[in-house]
Amino acid sequence: MESSAADTRALLTSPPVGGPLWRRKAFNRVMTGLIVAAFAIALIPLFSLLFEVVKRGLPGMSWEFLTGTPRGIVGGGGAAHAIVGTVVITGVTAIISVPIGILAAIYLTEYGGKGRLRRWLTFFVDVMTGIPSIVAGLFAFALFAIFLGPGIRLGLMGAVALSVLMIPIVIRSSEEVLKIVPNHLREASYALGTPKWRTIVKVVLPTAFAGLVTGVMIAVARIVGETAPLLVTTGIVDSINTNPFEGRMQNLAVYAYSEYRTPGVMKQASYDRAWAAALTLIAIVMILNVVARLVYRRYKTEIK
Amino acid sequence: MSPSRWMAVVISLAVLAVGVAACGSSDSGSSSGELSGQVAGAGSSAQEAAQEAWIANFESENSDVTVSYDPVGSGGGREQFVAGGTAFGGSDAALEEEEGELKGAIERCKPGQLIEIPDYISPIAVVYNLPSVETLQLSPETLAKIFNQEITSWDDQAIAADNPGVELPSTRITPVNRSDESGTTENFVDYLSKAAPSVWKYPVDGNWPVKGGEAAQGTSGVVEAVGAGEGAIGYADESQAGELGIAKIKVGSEYVEPSSEAAAKILEESPEDKALSKGPYMFPFELDRKTEATGTYPIVLTSYLMACTHYGSADEAAIVKAYLEYVISSEGQEAAAENAGSAPLSESLREKITPAIEAIETS
Amino acid sequence: MESSQATGAPPLAAAAGPRRHWGDRAFSGLAIGAGLTVLGLLAGVALFLLIEALPAASASPDRLPEGKSLVDYIAPLAFGTVLAAAIAVLIAVPLAVAAALFISHIAPRRIVLALGFLVDLLAAIPSIVYGLWGIFVLGPAAVPVLEWLEQKLGFIVFFKGPASATGRTMLVASLVLAVMILPIVSAVCREVFSQTPRKLQEGALALGATRWEMIRMTVLPFGKSSIISGSMLGLGRALGETMAVTIILSVSGIVTFNLISQANPSTIAANIALDFPESSGLAVNTLIASGLVLFAITLVTNLAARAIISRQNIQ
Repeated sequence: MESSAADTRALLTSPPVGGPLWRRKAFNRVMTGLIVAAFAIALIPLFSLLFEVVKRGLPGMSWEFLTGTPRGIVGGGGAAHAIVGTVVITGVTAIISVPIGILAAIYLTEYGGKGRLRRWLTFFVDVMTGIPSIVAGLFAFALFAIFLGPGIRLGLMGAVALSVLMIPIVIRSSEEVLKIVPNHLREASYALGTPKWRTIVKVVLPTAFAGLVTGVMIAVARIVGETAPLLVTTGIVDSINTNPFEGRMQNLAVYAYSEYRTPGVMKQASYDRAWAAALTLIAIVMILNVVARLVYRRYKTEIK
Repeated sequence: MSPSRWMAVVISLAVLAVGVAACGSSDSGSSSGELSGQVAGAGSSAQEAAQEAWIANFESENSDVTVSYDPVGSGGGREQFVAGGTAFGGSDAALEEEEGELKGAIERCKPGQLIEIPDYISPIAVVYNLPSVETLQLSPETLAKIFNQEITSWDDQAIAADNPGVELPSTRITPVNRSDESGTTENFVDYLSKAAPSVWKYPVDGNWPVKGGEAAQGTSGVVEAVGAGEGAIGYADESQAGELGIAKIKVGSEYVEPSSEAAAKILEESPEDKALSKGPYMFPFELDRKTEATGTYPIVLTSYLMACTHYGSADEAAIVKAYLEYVISSEGQEAAAENAGSAPLSESLREKITPAIEAIETS
Repeated sequence: MESSQATGAPPLAAAAGPRRHWGDRAFSGLAIGAGLTVLGLLAGVALFLLIEALPAASASPDRLPEGKSLVDYIAPLAFGTVLAAAIAVLIAVPLAVAAALFISHIAPRRIVLALGFLVDLLAAIPSIVYGLWGIFVLGPAAVPVLEWLEQKLGFIVFFKGPASATGRTMLVASLVLAVMILPIVSAVCREVFSQTPRKLQEGALALGATRWEMIRMTVLPFGKSSIISGSMLGLGRALGETMAVTIILSVSGIVTFNLISQANPSTIAANIALDFPESSGLAVNTLIASGLVLFAITLVTNLAARAIISRQNIQ
């Protein structure tokens, strides 16, 4: 939005009012103080959260927690099955979402033009970003229930539900990154006679590579902590299952929730495990976020 | 970054993932028991903790076997068992004709017979938080009035009548109930509607019917909520009551505390439900909530196990038979008592239901 | 905006002539296919939910959970959903705008990146962690506040009480929701506030405005549509949030404006999370129907947001 002549004129002809200078200055100080206070208040929950998760999660954290499973152990055991499950489900989700998301973003920026498909797609991607996570889970459940019966619980169902959430995020961030690639790079490539698809693959994508990877990693970080869609799709099991096409698969978020909800006779131990799982989740999310930013800084191509 | 470097990154990530998976799946141990294979069960979440213990012990004796139990709730458990999706099921209520479940289950087990045995009995305690009151006695009518919010303070006349000589504070009563659907709620409400029919008029359901109480999630939630507020009262698995006070409930002319023996005894005092017992290996009970026999505690949750005497695969049949044998054995019941706080099946009950397990064909 | 020029069909590629490389056809086919897949996915979501929800819509009330008709079952849940989200937005937006202003205009330049990172960190925390924090930390800590509210402001219908002893109330749940949506609203505002034209800001200062007056006259009006769009984004997120509400709230299915007592309305999402694991048959269909209603509510919110923003832009 450019400042128009009208705006400047408006400023010039309506000087700040509010009374004598001292009062305006005092009010300014009060408002500044309020803003600073509001910011501090906004950050208090963050510090409280991190502090509490670390404080309550550390007692449950141990090598056994990270590598053992409840299999064969009554009322105890570790969370390895949940960690592996989270990795598998997130992996399958990424395999589904990343190609579709990036290709759709390529369509929107490179091929769409002003066409109708493009406008509908943009509109619907916006709609998709607003789908509540539990609704995505219900969709995956409904989809598989119609074909495989209502009792089915699969790692794949969880991945489908998470894909519904991840695809629009990937599309949005990839679109932003692809838009920034300057046109003169493309035009130079065409001028050399390169067909369009090679231009995209060999010029546009490598230039945008760092941004694309960052966008994907941040999308993964958002997805990794989702509980609700997995609650209704993946089931509960105490052994490690690496096959997303068969059988129930445990994951960190649902594990934390179920340890909290049904702690069994040794309540504190279960609560400890729930907090430890929460801590593990936050650690994974933080690492992904930090690595994403580092990757971006290290690999981004400077556009001159 | 060139495409070849790109591929290298992708491949190394894939190798890493496969490595993690390979490491993980070697978790099933190496020694060989004679049994091997996978068996799935699903159903009542009340049995969840007990099934966890049973599975853990059974799998450590038979390391080539994987048994899984998905606590999807009694309704889902019955559904999946009838559909043939699971080998055994857990249900807080015996199979009924409604929705054709009973017939469906009998069909599913053909050419064999349907097995329905009680495998889990859990006393439901009425827990309360009143530091000044050591023992609290409640008759069914008073209990019903407290939970449907007719009585709102602890020094009410009805409560005083049940507790002669006890000094009751004037604290407000905070009734705590379950917010999630549960077999515990269903059995508690069943008791209230049978033992105090003039007071409790709500239909029996897994969802708590009275609005306005404090709703907590899971038994642990109820215990936490009662512990957090003075004057709170709730219903929960007796095994998880912890430090909270447990009320004695009037049975006949005595006030009885929940205990394993008293809970197991009610099954002995209760008749079999003839209408629902359609086969030689079915033992559905009609709990006599109004019993006056001494030493019984009528607020219990009884959960059943459904299985068949015939399975398509001999391996599956062998595993189910061995597993169920363990479940009803005294070691199994003790393990469940330790981990889930259930009441072990009495010896006489065990004798009654053993022929059902032995009838499972393994050849 | 410059970048929008890059999305027009690049001019020279079309001049490649009638013989289009087969690679181009294949690749553009892939790209279009991906776009269509996305559309198909969204249509699929609506379709499959509808299919699974229909049995509940056509069943007689006595076969549905709680014996109520579908509308009677979902209406209190919808009320709770909107109530919780509305309170969350009311609390979050002023704080988010203030935080955004702080970062864009008041904080020392050197630490601006770090501060932005901190606020964004709030968005990265999984919702289940918020739920555990809410019930174990914030709830108990809020009990004295709830009691104070009941004592001093109990005549207002929101604070009628009696104050819950565990803190698991609508007020606390909305507070946690507010914390969760704050970074979303703040990020959107921050972007736009920092892009307020310098000429405008310097003009105001040159006229003798204090910093606050400058903000009030230039930054806030300039960023008005972003505040609204950020709020709507946050509202959408709050409407759909599941785990935090499921764990924290003591739900009772009633319709009430009382924010501090133990009897609170449930939200659609929390109700699904609480009941789905144990449900079978028609109960599942009912829950899916309520999910469809939630989808509709968030859709309407989304569309309303876009309508407001495009009207703002036209003005």
